Amino acid sequence: MPPESRNRNLFWNNLFINMSMLTTLAVAGLLLAIILYLVYHGAEKISLDFFLANPQDLGRSGGIFPILISTILLGIVSLAIAVPLGIGTAIFLTEYTKEGWTTTLIRFGAECLAGIPSIIFGLFGFGLFVVTLGMGWSIISGGLTLACMVLPTIIRTSEEAIKSVPKVLRDLGFSLGATKSQVVWQIVLPQARNGIFTGVILALGRVLGETACVIFTTGISMEMPTSLFDSARSMSVHFYLLAREGISMEMAYSTSVALVGMVLIINLGANFLIAKKA
Amino acid sequence: MPLPEQKNGLRLREKRIRAGLLMIAFSSILVLTLIIIFVFKEGVPIIFSTGLSVFLFGTKWAPTKGSFGIFPMIVGTLQVTFGALLIGVPISIMVSIYLSEFAKPLTRKIMKPLIELLAAIPSVVFGFIGVIVIVPFVREHLGGTGFSVLSASLMLGIMILPTVISITFDSLQAVPQSYREGALALGATPWQSTIRVILPAARSGIVTAVILGMGRAMGETMAVIMVAGNAVVIPTSPLHPCRTLTSNIALEMAYAAGDHQKALFATGVVLFVMIFLLNIVATAIVKRK
Repeated sequence: MPPESRNRNLFWNNLFINMSMLTTLAVAGLLLAIILYLVYHGAEKISLDFFLANPQDLGRSGGIFPILISTILLGIVSLAIAVPLGIGTAIFLTEYTKEGWTTTLIRFGAECLAGIPSIIFGLFGFGLFVVTLGMGWSIISGGLTLACMVLPTIIRTSEEAIKSVPKVLRDLGFSLGATKSQVVWQIVLPQARNGIFTGVILALGRVLGETACVIFTTGISMEMPTSLFDSARSMSVHFYLLAREGISMEMAYSTSVALVGMVLIINLGANFLIAKKA
Repeated sequence: MPLPEQKNGLRLREKRIRAGLLMIAFSSILVLTLIIIFVFKEGVPIIFSTGLSVFLFGTKWAPTKGSFGIFPMIVGTLQVTFGALLIGVPISIMVSIYLSEFAKPLTRKIMKPLIELLAAIPSVVFGFIGVIVIVPFVREHLGGTGFSVLSASLMLGIMILPTVISITFDSLQAVPQSYREGALALGATPWQSTIRVILPAARSGIVTAVILGMGRAMGETMAVIMVAGNAVVIPTSPLHPCRTLTSNIALEMAYAAGDHQKALFATGVVLFVMIFLLNIVATAIVKRK
């Protein structure tokens, strides 16, 4: 190859590699820019009072206390339903059956669920829980709908975690006379704990950030819920209404800082667990 | 050693546990079935009473007067989705190439989680950023009101980055090292080896990544409502406002009743079918690999 052609090739090589590096820096910088922008505009109002006061005047002033509690309740209800179902499915798929049409069908179902947009979960939750089962706009309707939505996430991560437990540990259990369920409960699940917990945390992050399906199943009441059958407002819905209806930009910024802060802490926790496992 | 009758008891218990787990494992199928039943039961009758072609290709959406044509929303959804891919996919491929082929291990270890955290930011927050940053930018520099197909595409293009990057990255990593060595030994520069050898070898993974990103863009609701302008028109310029299928449902669900509400479920049916077809294509591609 003549040297000038080699040089030209190297010129393009370096140019493109540098371009790809700059693009990467820009994308990573985007996350930091978004966080800094929100914190810059919204951190001033964030105080203990903001979390512990009731909202005043449709949310123009005051805090987010009932909204915070409703959000936590939604998280608890949805995980309480989705986690046992998700882990149970993962145990069945990995420990109790061979690959065949059952596993193909179950995996296909989970994959389809994962691809369904949240607004369709909203329509479904509204049709089934709110109207047909008569639960109305309530935390329980919202929690059930969200549970259906995050089920595939929990199935997938638990399955990965259970699969990564070495087979030799199971054989050890069986050789000592343990039954299948004893092996699963006392050997496999404790070993897969970190991985499963990571999936649960990721699911929680999705629940907290979700808006479209919550608004149609849980409603928008700002009152403190007195039971799971009360309508309530989650933090992301509150933020959406503040920003979209132009109620208060100031409060929207502060709520966004609280919301993003919560979700990022949860996800960093999950990342930490993944790193610890490796 | 358990006595024989104890052993029988244990065996029975094990059988029950297996049966219980089998039932649990079918929960996702059950949910999927219920979704199809409840959305289709409400939506399908109105599609047929309106007429399938009138519903899909009619341009008049006056739900309180009984005109249900969702063609503008279908066009809006497709424009916004392809706009997002046009912006998001090239960026994603550049980033994945850098992270997989050229970044030092330490850089990769820092950058990858940072980019993946983008996926954790709630979509309403992206919508909010869209309203206060992207919309004014488009209005001042390109004209129009700023609430437009372009703004929505830009925002969705950013939102799909983490999905597309992480799958593209994995598929680049799965290309055997010998491909790289072979290309370099033939005198290719590292970039030539990446573009001509590694990208083609990772093709099916990249297509899957694009399709999943497409599904994400198509299904996004709240963020799109905030920046797209939501007018029921067929946009003829990227600076025109548009309404997507998802926004149509979310915007009107709060006050819709009767046939109007059913028409919104029918909008959901159309969206569901579009996403479902997309998923089948994606599954077929993964299988072929």
